[in-house]
Amino acid sequence: MTTQSQHAPKMATPLEPVMQFDPNAKVPFAKWVQKHLFTSLWQSLMTLVVAALLLRFAWFVLKWGVIDAVFYTPDPDVCRAAAGACWAVIVEKHRPMLFGLYPYDEHWRLVIMMVVYLSTIVASLMPKLWNFKILIPLWILSVTSIGILMFGGVLGLVYVPTSEWGGLPLTMILFSGTVLIGMPVAVVLALGRRSPMPVARGVSVVFIEALRGVPLITILFVAVNVFPLFLPAGVEVNKLLRITVGIAIFFACYQAEVIRGGLQAIPTGQYEAAASLNMSYWQTTRKIILPQALRISLPAITNHIIAAMKNTSFVIIIGLFDILTATTAVMQDPLWRRYYIEAYLFVAAVYLFFGYALSLYARQVEKWINSGRI
Amino acid sequence: MSNIIAQTQSPSPSPSPSPSPSQRLDQGPMIKLRDVSKWYGHFQVLHDVSLDVRKGERVVICGPSGSGKSTLIRCINRLEEHQKGEIIVNGIEMTDNVKNIEKIRRNIGMVFQSFNLFPHLNVLDNLTIGPMLVRHMKKKDAEELAMQFLEKVRIPEQAQKYPLQLSGGQQQRVAIARSLCMQPEIMLFDEPTSALDPEMIKEVLDTMIELADSGMTMICVTHEMGFARTVADNVILMADGKTVESGTPEEFFGNPKNPRTRLFLEQILKH
Amino acid sequence: MTHIDGSDQRGAKPRQTLSTLLYSKSFRTAVTQVVMAAVVIFIGLFLYQNVVENLRAQNIATGFGFLEQTSQFDIGEKMITYSARDSYGRAFVVGLLNTLSVSAAGIFLATLIGFTVGISRISSNWLLSKVATGYVEIVRNIPVILQVIFWSVLLRNLPNARNAVEVYGVGFLTNRGLTFAVPATHPIHSTMGIALVAGIVLAILGSIWARRHRESTGTYVNMLWPSIGLVIGLPVLAWLFGGAPTAISYPVQKGFNFQGGVTISPEFTALLIGIALYASGFIAEIVRAGLQATPKGQIEAARSMGFRPWFVTRYVVLPQALRVIVPPLTSQYVSLIKNSSIAVVVGYPDLVNIGNTVMNQTGQAVEAIAVMMLVYLTISLITSTFMNFYNRLVAIKER
Ligand SMILES: Nc1ncnc2c1ncn2[C@@H]1O[C@H](COP(=O)(O)OP(=O)(O)OP(=O)(O)O)[C@@H](O)[C@H]1O
Ligand SMILES: [Mg+2]
Repeated sequence: MTTQSQHAPKMATPLEPVMQFDPNAKVPFAKWVQKHLFTSLWQSLMTLVVAALLLRFAWFVLKWGVIDAVFYTPDPDVCRAAAGACWAVIVEKHRPMLFGLYPYDEHWRLVIMMVVYLSTIVASLMPKLWNFKILIPLWILSVTSIGILMFGGVLGLVYVPTSEWGGLPLTMILFSGTVLIGMPVAVVLALGRRSPMPVARGVSVVFIEALRGVPLITILFVAVNVFPLFLPAGVEVNKLLRITVGIAIFFACYQAEVIRGGLQAIPTGQYEAAASLNMSYWQTTRKIILPQALRISLPAITNHIIAAMKNTSFVIIIGLFDILTATTAVMQDPLWRRYYIEAYLFVAAVYLFFGYALSLYARQVEKWINSGRI
Repeated sequence: MSNIIAQTQSPSPSPSPSPSPSQRLDQGPMIKLRDVSKWYGHFQVLHDVSLDVRKGERVVICGPSGSGKSTLIRCINRLEEHQKGEIIVNGIEMTDNVKNIEKIRRNIGMVFQSFNLFPHLNVLDNLTIGPMLVRHMKKKDAEELAMQFLEKVRIPEQAQKYPLQLSGGQQQRVAIARSLCMQPEIMLFDEPTSALDPEMIKEVLDTMIELADSGMTMICVTHEMGFARTVADNVILMADGKTVESGTPEEFFGNPKNPRTRLFLEQILKH
Repeated sequence: MTHIDGSDQRGAKPRQTLSTLLYSKSFRTAVTQVVMAAVVIFIGLFLYQNVVENLRAQNIATGFGFLEQTSQFDIGEKMITYSARDSYGRAFVVGLLNTLSVSAAGIFLATLIGFTVGISRISSNWLLSKVATGYVEIVRNIPVILQVIFWSVLLRNLPNARNAVEVYGVGFLTNRGLTFAVPATHPIHSTMGIALVAGIVLAILGSIWARRHRESTGTYVNMLWPSIGLVIGLPVLAWLFGGAPTAISYPVQKGFNFQGGVTISPEFTALLIGIALYASGFIAEIVRAGLQATPKGQIEAARSMGFRPWFVTRYVVLPQALRVIVPPLTSQYVSLIKNSSIAVVVGYPDLVNIGNTVMNQTGQAVEAIAVMMLVYLTISLITSTFMNFYNRLVAIKER
């Protein structure tokens, strides 16, 4: 079986003349090109067309984005005169784009916050540090310092209410809030859906299917407009928190289905083995079943985590100032609004960067799992 | 080519006594390999392999894993390309001529280690699709033929089931029947029993022995030495892409010339 | 199974029975469930109570009576007649139809691009497959809302009608939308539509006939080209019979607008391009996975039986690929429909956009949101019913 799968599917490639076959020759570049790009007339034609289009596009990008571009100028008129891109808009406007409505003089706090945030995340992603004795103090420390930096009001820092938070830090907070709240909810929902108890199963199924059946926006509307009605008079919950929970629960419903898939893939033998060791339901679940289920569904889990990052951008509809909303607002500036393409490309690049980093990490984790390291 | 059909259609399928080798093997070679070499990149899998198979001959190929057995028989119906030497089947040389490849393939049936049945078709459809599409048979005729062969492999009652509902041994017998439905003159077997449990191996081997008795030309890659001893006219040992030993079962098992053969036999008979 | 000693025991040894009960698994499960149900019901009642009280305190009406009230707002794009004097209910219908029309166009476009890119992904042409991979990675990983906003800003920054960008003489790009030439209306067009439907029906009947013919005579008739011929040829024939009208309604610039031709609004276009390109990336991956789902061994088995390449594709690869492709493809379609709900960021009047307006005007957030959710839930439910049905139909039978 293993050898079978090694045989690459062969399309009818012409047999090379026997006389010319030199088994000891290195596969030269020209051969490679011939084999992958010019096997037949049709293939060659396609290669030429694609290459022509690609070159044209690349040339356009090079000319517009580099050769004719303006990289730095405080004067929009310089950009107006240039034929190419105006990257100066990013240089000029990066602060409102990245930090939104946050008071201008306090931006340095956000820079520190992002450094703390990113280093905490990077540290938590390293298997070497996967130890509650390290992680719990680390997280307490960094969540506290992020809170102090963001809110202020102590240590002589100006108080900044959540309504003035914005930009990339807000996107980061929304994203990690979604994952941190959503993952446990997802696990509970998934276990509920697999539970032998009809009530638990029923509640989970209805919850999961109902939320998966509606768009995220309607859930955000609920968080903003309906949720306050649920609370007794006088009780209020912060809007940012409500929205984060809304996105998190939406995320959890999708993730629950993924985890359920992982749970289903676990052979009954595992349950029986645990039962024969006299383990309780919760012990079995926590120590035997969940670790395996999460490993199995890891690729799909990471897909939904990346999707959660993209989904934070939906808050533009309810007026939260994440990086996208902030950029859109900045692009109202009559002096610079002509350069919206550059600005949005920048935002897209930010999303692509973080998405790519996440998926690279996920691939690494899969390798660790396959090699039995975790 | 029609002798199996004739047999299955005869009202009393009393197993005709196997004719003696000299009687069966009187014609010239049906498959002729001359100095066949093949490379995967820089790695040479086959080194100047030569082999003649006459009509009705049964050849068993064995050898250690990775020695190129599968590659060799896959070259015979061009699932793999060889780069040097010549392969002639029924007088047609194997080149990249598509028409010739089709002609050759129509005469060669192949049975794989992993069955490779089509899981979306039921057993009957698995058997009839080839004859209908390639041999332009009517559906009715194809189904009749299929049922004959299902009876021959002793599972006519499974005709309406789907492959994945069958046991491994049953699946392999369906796969053999599927190849036979194409009415080939030659059958290639690539370790047909090595994915099976011991109790299923026997039912598949029995089918293959019956097939051999009916006079089919067969090339089998297998490690079933009992099968080789009783059925083969010619046993070949491959090692490192070369044929290192070739002879009748008596010679091969009783008096191997090459020390590698002895080593191989020792290892395989230990289990 | 009659055990009278059970009642005897209860009388004799009450303690043991109680502990048997307390330690019995089914009893514990039952109690847990009752508690769970109670908690759920309690929370539900509590929330309901609060909502009722809050609404009363804020003087907000309840119930769906508002659907009959006059809406007093107009809608830019509509497929049925509607004015500010119509009801909220009708406004919702207008929104729903707009959602459905942009979704239908989006599904068509995304499928077309997705299949093309997906097939290119597994092309043996290295360059093509790399370009396809790059496309997929980019469109999938940029938030759909950013893509929609980008296209919308791009379209809004196009020049006005006076300086319209001309596209090969058949269309104009302006900040008021895409305007392009179409054949002038002619009665034969409806006949051509009927001919198209007839062509499709005949093509299907033709393939059924071809299969019957093959099964009864053994002769294979390839219906691929005849089918294409029928689907294209019949409308062309109808057109020829109608006197081959060639009049074309060209858009002509009139002041700040165009006359003639057809105009698609920039809102619709931006939303369409955004959600369609985003979905096309996912569809491409689904198609690729489906086409690669057939194990190589089966393809080899088919080839070793002398199948021609087209037969291998048609009878071995495609049937299995479709089983793998259709379920995730339908859920992609559903998520495209759900993604169309971001229309509000570009100002396209879809269901959610109109619901949002209604919500702001009436203050009846609960009901307005309930309407939106119900509509999407219905769409999802219908789709998943279809999908289950399809899956059951084509499921590969296993043990
Ligand atoms: N597609 C391929 N690309 C590169 N090397 C290959 C490929 N297929 C097979 N090989 C190599 O060619 C050699 C011979 O393979 P082959 O499958 O013919 O061996 P085999 O004798 O059938 O072994 P086994 O008993 O394990 O089936 C092996 O070393 C294998 O690794
Ligand atoms: Mg092998």
